Amino acid sequence: MSLDPVILSRLQFAFVIAFHFLLPAFTIGLASYIAVLEGLFLATKKQVYLRISTFWIKIFAVAFGMGVVSGIVLPSQLGANWSRYSDATANIVAPLMAYEALMAFFLEAGFLGVLLFGRRLVPPWAHFFSALMVAIGTLLSAFWILAANSWMQTPAGFEIIDGRFVPTDWLAVIFNPSFPYRFLHTVTAVYLTTAFTVIGVAAWYLRHGRYLDEAKVMIAMGVILASVLVPAQALLGDRHGLNTREHQPQKLAAMEALWETRTGAPAVLFALPDEAAETNRAELSIPKLGSLYLTHSFDGVVQGLKDFPPSDRPPVVPVFFAFRVMVGMWAIMFALTLWAWWLARHKRLFGSPAFLRAATWAIPTGYVAVTAGWITTEVGRQPYVVYGLLRTADAVTPTLTGGDVLASLLIYIVVYIVIFGAGVYYLVRLVHRGLPERLDGQELRPEQRPARPLSAATAPASEGGPP
Amino acid sequence: MTLDLVPIWTVILAFGVFMYVLLDGFDLGVGILFPFAPDDRTRSLMMASVAPIWDGNETWLVFGGLALFAAFPLAFAIIFPALYFPLLAMVLGLIFRGVAFEFRPTARTTSKRWDQAFFWGSLIATFAQGCVLGKFVLGFEVSGRQYAGTSWDWVHPFVLAVGVGLVFGYLLLGATWLVMKTEGALQDWARAKARMGLFGTLAFIGMVSLWTPFLDARIAARWFSWPNIAFLAPVPIATAAIGGWLWASLRRGRDIAPFIAAMGLFAMCYLGLAISLFPHVVVPTITLWDAAAAPQSQAFLLIGTLFLLPIILMYTGWSYWVFRGKVRADAGYAP
Repeated sequence: MSLDPVILSRLQFAFVIAFHFLLPAFTIGLASYIAVLEGLFLATKKQVYLRISTFWIKIFAVAFGMGVVSGIVLPSQLGANWSRYSDATANIVAPLMAYEALMAFFLEAGFLGVLLFGRRLVPPWAHFFSALMVAIGTLLSAFWILAANSWMQTPAGFEIIDGRFVPTDWLAVIFNPSFPYRFLHTVTAVYLTTAFTVIGVAAWYLRHGRYLDEAKVMIAMGVILASVLVPAQALLGDRHGLNTREHQPQKLAAMEALWETRTGAPAVLFALPDEAAETNRAELSIPKLGSLYLTHSFDGVVQGLKDFPPSDRPPVVPVFFAFRVMVGMWAIMFALTLWAWWLARHKRLFGSPAFLRAATWAIPTGYVAVTAGWITTEVGRQPYVVYGLLRTADAVTPTLTGGDVLASLLIYIVVYIVIFGAGVYYLVRLVHRGLPERLDGQELRPEQRPARPLSAATAPASEGGPP
Repeated sequence: MTLDLVPIWTVILAFGVFMYVLLDGFDLGVGILFPFAPDDRTRSLMMASVAPIWDGNETWLVFGGLALFAAFPLAFAIIFPALYFPLLAMVLGLIFRGVAFEFRPTARTTSKRWDQAFFWGSLIATFAQGCVLGKFVLGFEVSGRQYAGTSWDWVHPFVLAVGVGLVFGYLLLGATWLVMKTEGALQDWARAKARMGLFGTLAFIGMVSLWTPFLDARIAARWFSWPNIAFLAPVPIATAAIGGWLWASLRRGRDIAPFIAAMGLFAMCYLGLAISLFPHVVVPTITLWDAAAAPQSQAFLLIGTLFLLPIILMYTGWSYWVFRGKVRADAGYAP
């Protein structure tokens, strides 16, 4: 049998986690946005915030539900396909993931029901509190899972006993060298993903003359957030890159397709890296610029791939191109933000059809960027699963056959096409269906509040998520 | 000297898994009963009765899996590969079941296909969980620190029988949940289904209880040797008594007692299982102590767990309290 369970298991993991990641990439930011809207409504009593919030809560319900069920797949992958990884790393990564469940998953799930269905069953402050807890839960989730992921990239605070990692210093494990950069970079990325989704949807409403007041508020809030986070992301990305150069030089060399170690390394704008010949074809580069942004000095030394034996190098082509796609998406966001400011100065932010159309077309940028960034960092870690210490080929379950994994992979592909296809279809449908037409929930006095769950679901479609 | 944390982690893991079985058990049971409901309106009521809480219930599964990974990683690394396909079926079942909650109301005209997804997802996830349990009792072939069998060793009559048994068990939990949460005709219907679930559950409890000692001489010795038999006889006697109480409470038209009795039935089965298998976490070779994580890993997680679990139980309880009472049948369903 020529089917390789390692390659197939990697493909399967990449497939299920890539699809899963699209959902938290949206819902982490959306949970925070909903909490902000609920807070603004509580403070100002302005109906516009309530209407925007109830609309996004419905969207959130669908996206979050998909995120939960596609997330359950992942720990089962670790045990079923990567049992030797699990055995070797459990003492370190498993408590981090278990903390994610304890601090984040329970918090999100515990308050989600009240957020979606409970607006009329609890006092307004309790509903806001629920929104806040869900938002905090999503951020805690990102904290713990990125701590585990970062530890696999830049392991610290451990010793190796009998081939297994054993913790010696938990603070060093959690706050390992790449974690602070990865956490800030990722959270900023998912906030931007949400911001440009909200802007794009609101732009679509404006262009179609629907919900003008709400759409303007959404665009203004989104642009303000983007104005802070798009420049911040450039800074964070730069620091993250310096950190990668220090701790994972192979990955950085692959991101830049640099083969030779040299001072004054060029910035490779485009190339077709040829791994067999250890060179680039059709290279278009700017001399010395690479050293400038990689080392902050024109004459800085950047390690090339040839410094490392071929068996220790990551695949260059996917890392090189994924990195460029990610930066390209950032450039689009940057351009849109500048455009928005220029329009705002001329008091035409809501009146430029070209901008509104572009904003709607830009909805995918965030999702493409986080996926490309994830490919850059994860493929760049290869051929290791724990960088420098445990090879991916030594991590797979020994009893799995290629046929087993091929069967499960094909089933996953079919199921995910159905589920994610339907999910995107229903999300678009919810957007088309639009904001609630009337909102009487808040005018109800407490004693009028129905004490029964379904009453919340049967009253206006405005209330919360799907009944 | 270091404190032995294995007993407390055993208790926490057992508690987490039991919470999952009870809580998602009734959700999944509602899903299994779903297509047999009298009409579309009652189906919407059934789904509404679990919609606000199913996500929290399913979180106990994630916690159970990750607590096993963190506290007893050797068991995690052996059991999961052996159950490759049952786990695949389970997660895919849970995916279809979970998205049906969100897609069904959004779909409107095509909601029928998400009714199907809700039912088949619940049924397959339940059967797969039963297979996981059955294989867990049956045991695993181990070599060194790895599973040594094939991905299909779980196909065994005992394993499949436990799978079917759990379908009846969850059906019973789901039906008694509905007895508690509904009224009128739907409640009468749920009562009839609960009776069916009770018969099926008791039949499978009896069958599995008689079958298990034949699988493993040590299990037989544990139950039937003197003086164990005197200490352990209350377990089957209590199981029978709870079954009788459940039957009587259904006949008397009680709302809440049947659900409590159904949970009690699960508790007795769980206790019986623990008595049979302890101290093994991978039958027949690996004990909880063999599989334990490094003490500093167990300790690190334990500190947070002891602090967070009570808080989790408090806000989970609050969420159930908010959605307390009957799901009203006269309210009608509007999308």
